[in-house]
Amino acid sequence: MSAVVATHWIACAQRFEKNAATREPAWVKRVLIAIALTFFGLFLLLPLMTVFAEALRKGWQVYFAALVEPDALSAIYLTLLVAAISVPLNLVFGVAAAWAIAKFDFRGKQLLTTLIDLPFSVSPVIVGLIFVLLFGMQGWFGPWLMAHDVKIIFAVPGLVLATIFVTFPFVARELIPLMEAQGREEEEAAIVLGASGWQTFWRITLPNIKWGLLYGVILCNARAMGEFGAVSVVSGHIRGRTNTLPLQVEILYNEYQFAAAFAVASLLALLALLTLVVKSLVEWRGRQPSNAGEESQGVPA
Amino acid sequence: MRAGKPYRVLPGFPLALGYTLVYLSLIVLIPLGAVFLKSATLSWEQFWAVISAPRVLASYRISFGASLLAAAINAVFGLIFAWVLVRYRFPGKRIVDALVDLPFALPTAVAGIALTAIYAGNGWLGQWLEPLGLKVAFTPLGILVALIFIGLPFVVRTVQPVLEDLDAELEEAAASLGADRWQTFQRVLLPVLLPALLTGFALAFARGVGEYGSVIFIAGNVPLVSEITPLLIITKLEQYDYVGATAIAVVMLVVSFILLFLINGLQFWANRSRARI
Repeated sequence: MSAVVATHWIACAQRFEKNAATREPAWVKRVLIAIALTFFGLFLLLPLMTVFAEALRKGWQVYFAALVEPDALSAIYLTLLVAAISVPLNLVFGVAAAWAIAKFDFRGKQLLTTLIDLPFSVSPVIVGLIFVLLFGMQGWFGPWLMAHDVKIIFAVPGLVLATIFVTFPFVARELIPLMEAQGREEEEAAIVLGASGWQTFWRITLPNIKWGLLYGVILCNARAMGEFGAVSVVSGHIRGRTNTLPLQVEILYNEYQFAAAFAVASLLALLALLTLVVKSLVEWRGRQPSNAGEESQGVPA
Repeated sequence: MRAGKPYRVLPGFPLALGYTLVYLSLIVLIPLGAVFLKSATLSWEQFWAVISAPRVLASYRISFGASLLAAAINAVFGLIFAWVLVRYRFPGKRIVDALVDLPFALPTAVAGIALTAIYAGNGWLGQWLEPLGLKVAFTPLGILVALIFIGLPFVVRTVQPVLEDLDAELEEAAASLGADRWQTFQRVLLPVLLPALLTGFALAFARGVGEYGSVIFIAGNVPLVSEITPLLIITKLEQYDYVGATAIAVVMLVVSFILLFLINGLQFWANRSRARI
């Protein structure tokens, strides 16, 4: 899952296919490829194609009509708004956490790393529940919030909080292994030569981590825009006001407006495809200059 | 490689660590603590009565059972998938590899309605399967299908890098000692891949237990038959039974945390045995 999964494809596969000791009989190879591709088609390709096929089943006109409908537009706006708040916050956190963990030694580092991963192991539904318990009408801060006329649950702040929680680890866990692998010599050299802390960060660290950072942000954004369970609990499903795109998909689907539901879903599927394209680009870039040395090490001379 | 400096050359440690700790506490730790505190308002007997009610027990069976089965299926097919991606060349390989991450990137609700459309009685696959007596959508089988979809990349992406790092020498040695390919796989490759495979299995399982969005559309959500635990929490919340919802959430959180530490241990093991090769 790391940004720099070394997929030196062709060289790797070729090496094994030509070596008598690492080669399977042709029929085994064919059967395995057939199994993998069937599994791929059934569980990955078919669902993806279904989204677009169902969205366009009633034609382009119905498709575009579903997207420019006021509720859909407000869902698009709200989804963008929630992502625009939560992604930058988690970006700043991710960089700060990675700087502390990768560039310094301190006690409890392992524990801190585990705690940062914690949100991944919490069911989205429980994330929603947590914020309802804190800020809902019956919650701890509920009466106080009511008295001061602040709405968090069933309003945008609740959506943002739940989204931040769910996407919390993405940037940090991309950056920590990357920055640990890069070590601290370059930054130390910059400091010794008289650069300030910020100069070192902007001129040395950031250029080194930019691809990993981009990948982390893209993943974080995909999840922020697509989160369903956590957001569903805190949103209250108020049409045109607290519905994000995934919730809009659910409402349309439950109202048997399948073409419209899949039309809205197709926007999210396009976002997912874009995410995968950026990921492939980042991996490809990550392999190019800096990892060239690493790669040649792997191939015996 | 790393010079053990007695003093810190780089600046910003107090700021970075302080910010990390404050943000982590505010967003994650304190809110999570709230759940446990809320459940403490129940007496032990009340707590036990909520978490061991027949409908709740049935939901654990469905959630944990389906996740376990899905993770096991993913372990087998994910291993084959990773193997094929690393070892063989075939047309469209790059696209196949890129799309393995689709379940990470595709919103769960979208996956849920797409899978339902495929397996419903009038769906692309459903129309062929139902005459055979195989109902997938709106049955526990549907939950399994959704969880296989969600869990697949966890296994592939943990096994794939280990397979890529593997040098041919191991297998050459096995072959020169007279082992056939199957023996080599069983005795040489599988032990090397096992830590990563188990990590992927555990990650897929942990994800499956808490999964909500992709499951509820296809599950049918019949109490005692196809109602998953996360859905039960939502049902209780909708009935304003906050204490009941919290009690079930605490059970799930405890299981998740145990799984998290197990996975951390597995990853440590996997990294160590990778370093040894």
